[in-house]
Amino acid sequence: MPVRDRGLWHHFDSLDHQADSNLLGMWVFLATELLVFGALFTGYSAYRWRYPAGFEAGSRHLNLLIGGVNTVVLLTSSLTMALAVRAASQGRQALLVRLLLATLFLGSAFLGLKAVEYRQDYLERLVPGLAFDRGAWQELHVNPNHVQLFLIFYYVMTGIHALHLTIGIGVLGILTLKASRGHFTPQYSAPVEMWGLYWHFVDIIWLFLLPLLYLVSTRTSFY
Amino acid sequence: MAETLASSRSYYLVFFALLALTFVTIGLTFLHLGRWHTPIALLIAFSKALIVALFFMHLRHGNRLYWLALGSGLLWLGILMTLTLSDFLTRDWLSY
Repeated sequence: MPVRDRGLWHHFDSLDHQADSNLLGMWVFLATELLVFGALFTGYSAYRWRYPAGFEAGSRHLNLLIGGVNTVVLLTSSLTMALAVRAASQGRQALLVRLLLATLFLGSAFLGLKAVEYRQDYLERLVPGLAFDRGAWQELHVNPNHVQLFLIFYYVMTGIHALHLTIGIGVLGILTLKASRGHFTPQYSAPVEMWGLYWHFVDIIWLFLLPLLYLVSTRTSFY
Repeated sequence: MAETLASSRSYYLVFFALLALTFVTIGLTFLHLGRWHTPIALLIAFSKALIVALFFMHLRHGNRLYWLALGSGLLWLGILMTLTLSDFLTRDWLSY
């Protein structure tokens, strides 16, 4: 019986075969994820078309400073993730662990900033059903119902995005642990590359949330 | 698997291009662009997404099967958006 490679599952011919299947599986999963977020983007488009003034007014009240900083944080995490995949395929274990930890830290920083932003939104009474000032919007001659609709899209879209990031952070924790135990080799690094794809996908979703939630119309200040 | 290993320098270049595009799109929101805010910002977002997919996600050198998976996702997304929005975006085309 031939010697099996370490990390090779019995139903694959070789590690290359297994790695290609892993990556293809992740791409197929991401294609379905595209439809999860796509449905939200479609609903957003339909209502924004209907109530442009409410969406513009709501958008101007979101905190672009945190939203912008978070974009930079997430892009940086994509860089460290891409470098981690590179380190894994080179078999540079110490570097891989450091880069995975950096990605994990940046992802957590994003969530922390997001929490600060949600709290700020609450204090500014931008949470429909919990803290929302109808009168203030009427004084601005904006229909408060339309602003609420925009804000609900904001919370659902950023919330589902944050959920994805949380899952990604959990997986990164496991990958870091395995990497530190020398689990990955240049021949067997597909798990790192596969979850790298997931991480970059979550980053891409945010690249669309930034313009659609924060950059709807002309702003005069960051918050 | 990435057959050709990209240099770490190329990843830094990609990263700085993404940062530059981010600063441009945030800067543009302080200008008076009227109805052009979203089209321009979306154009920048699509460019950034393409850069991330091609370089960070290795689609440039990737197996063509990955393109097929991504393409079918985009195709179904296109159907979802076209059919839904062909209703919602055209309601005021009717006179009654």
